[in-house]
Amino acid sequence: MEQGRSIVHFVNVGKTYDGERLIVDDLSLEIARGEFLTLLGPSGSGKTTTLMMLAGFETPTRGQILLNGQEINRLAPHRRGIGMVFQNYALFPHMTVAENLAFPLNVRALGKAEVEARVIRALDLVKLGGFAARRPAQLSGGQQQRIAVARALIFEPELVLMDEPLGALDKQLREGMQYEIRELHQRLGVTIVYVTHDQAEALTMSDRIAVFDQGKIQQLASPTELYEKPRTSFVANFVGDNNLMAAEVDTLRSDHLCSVVLEGGDKVIAVATDDLMPGQKVMLSLRPERLRLDPDAGAGTSSRLKGVIEEIVYLGDHMRIFVRTANQVRFLIKAANKEPHHGLTKGGMLTFGWSAQDCRALPV
Amino acid sequence: MTVTVVTSPDDSRSIKRELTRSLRRRKLQALVLVAPLLLFILFMFIYPIGGMLLRSVYSPDFARAMPATVAAIAEWPGSGTPPEAAWAGVASDMVALQQRNEAGPVAAALNVEMSGARSLVLKTARNAGKLTAPYREAMVTLDPMWNDARIWQAIKRLSSPVTPRFYLAAVDMKVDEAGSIVSQPEDRQIYRSLFLRTLLISGVVTLCCLILGYPVAHLLANLPLRISNILMIFVLLPFWTSLLVRTTAWIVLLQKQGVVNSLLVWSHVLTDETRAELIFNRTGTILAMTHILLPFMILPLYSVMKTVSPVYVKAARSLGANQFVAFTKVYVPQTFAGVAAGCLLVFILAVGYYITPALVGGESGTLISNMIAYHIQKSLNWGLAAALGAILLTAILALYWTFNRLTKIDIIGLG
Repeated sequence: MEQGRSIVHFVNVGKTYDGERLIVDDLSLEIARGEFLTLLGPSGSGKTTTLMMLAGFETPTRGQILLNGQEINRLAPHRRGIGMVFQNYALFPHMTVAENLAFPLNVRALGKAEVEARVIRALDLVKLGGFAARRPAQLSGGQQQRIAVARALIFEPELVLMDEPLGALDKQLREGMQYEIRELHQRLGVTIVYVTHDQAEALTMSDRIAVFDQGKIQQLASPTELYEKPRTSFVANFVGDNNLMAAEVDTLRSDHLCSVVLEGGDKVIAVATDDLMPGQKVMLSLRPERLRLDPDAGAGTSSRLKGVIEEIVYLGDHMRIFVRTANQVRFLIKAANKEPHHGLTKGGMLTFGWSAQDCRALPV
Repeated sequence: MTVTVVTSPDDSRSIKRELTRSLRRRKLQALVLVAPLLLFILFMFIYPIGGMLLRSVYSPDFARAMPATVAAIAEWPGSGTPPEAAWAGVASDMVALQQRNEAGPVAAALNVEMSGARSLVLKTARNAGKLTAPYREAMVTLDPMWNDARIWQAIKRLSSPVTPRFYLAAVDMKVDEAGSIVSQPEDRQIYRSLFLRTLLISGVVTLCCLILGYPVAHLLANLPLRISNILMIFVLLPFWTSLLVRTTAWIVLLQKQGVVNSLLVWSHVLTDETRAELIFNRTGTILAMTHILLPFMILPLYSVMKTVSPVYVKAARSLGANQFVAFTKVYVPQTFAGVAAGCLLVFILAVGYYITPALVGGESGTLISNMIAYHIQKSLNWGLAAALGAILLTAILALYWTFNRLTKIDIIGLG
């Protein structure tokens, strides 16, 4: 990426608190102007620390952080001009909604009329026009969240950071807010760096997702690529449901495919995601919704297995079927509730299959 | 979710009855639990304080000592000379007083109202046995001062058991011989300036406690728990030492030949001749009281600061505020409840402080409470002591009320 397109550049950034364990380990990351980038990972993976270093509340132990080409390692947070939305909104409880929104403008010594006009505009932006005189405590969680977003946007920063902003909301409200934030991003064209541990949220909102684990980025890709083509077993496991099976490479084939042997001896065809060697230990990744209950119906089924149905869980729009093969390998199958599946009973036999393209052999 | 609605009126009545019955039972249990404390407070606190406050307006001693006079003078309108019955009353009361040897208190009480009345009463009492009717001529012959209408007006004022005179005395005023309310002569005014000094010193002590306590409380609230617990012990340490020991420790430190002065002389800040007067004056009172009351400021501040999440300051910083603005505009306002509670607590304790100013206050550092103690223990003018106490109590309640109004924070839940 050339200089003009990227707004933030992490160069070999490392962070440690105790001098022993690296919370962020040799992180290099470029964030493009105007993109919605999500840092996704379990707690303790280093995603929040990365965000806090960008905001200026933590200093990197080593490496460089560039904002618009300028190093900002030791720049005070209030000089960075980066908007931020916090997990619990952090609306100032002693101020009204309007005073909260005016705060970043007043510290920038804007004129009174300008401040008032911008506050009104910001309230309209988040559809809370009549709430100027309320206190934060008089608002619902969703309304507080919208005010927090408006406050982070009101001084027109180029870059807005969001630290699990929807974590405190219930599921339905959270989904609504995801679309609202997404829509605001597209309308205003600001760059958003978003931290979450919720993979569904990351997939819904982001242009690109950086999956963090143990202080390192495991994979940086678009939601589609991340889901369809996970590069490590951690990503395959963390993003979406997956059947992960230990296996060993048997033979390599010319067309990026390879034949692998599962524990117990079943042989299947899989996509070789890396330069694999025969005899190498791999992890097979197979999405449960890509498993077919009627393997002979369509073309392209390259592997077939047979097993006993251990459990069927009905979830309305789909069913989860747990199958154990004769060689004691367990599979989860998600079957869409499109047509009735009459033949399925607990304890019955089931033949299922998949296309080689959907089964990925990941190096371990 | 389902809601069962009680429809028939019979049902609803019975369910209300059951509810009242179950609530009554719970209320009764609560009452039984608090009853011992309630009784204790009633008999050991409210009853004696009420009795004391009553003394500030109710003083039946004079009327009890001079029953005949009081009965006769009630007819007198207050101008000219009183009827013969009043003179006869005084004469007969004086005989009784002389027999019981109780003329002293009456003379003292009357002397407060009109100077020179003491010797008049004592002289009359001594000679009361010799007086014969008509008493008017006999008493005027004994002492022409009896002809002065002002002495009779004073007797009439004292004859009423309900009196404003203690309150008037407590604010350096009195009813003069002519019956109008005037200020005491300048050289006898003490209480007004003493009240002002008490409020002033309490205010200064409160301010000192706030200035010293705020940063400490902030530190305590934001350090890791392990370290803050150790620091908290230092804050609480004074509570485990006797108040008397702490106050006398200040005497050791601050007296003329004390540690502080010696250090200052040793470091050539002062010379032996210019050793500073640090104790037995106002400075000593302020220093010692600030030290003793500091924990009462730190603890409420700390408990409020503990609840202020550091995320607010972070948010302010990210929105463009520098450290100072973030602290003053975002952090400090959120600690106002603690500031209010701490200030009110320290101020109220300071206003009624007694032992410390008595020990280290000297003359310029004594407070109104020391004067109240003096009237209770030495001069035995309980009526005046009660009036001073009542004024202090009213001032504090008024202050608390306005404070509550201003800060809109109900700290104790009384307002």
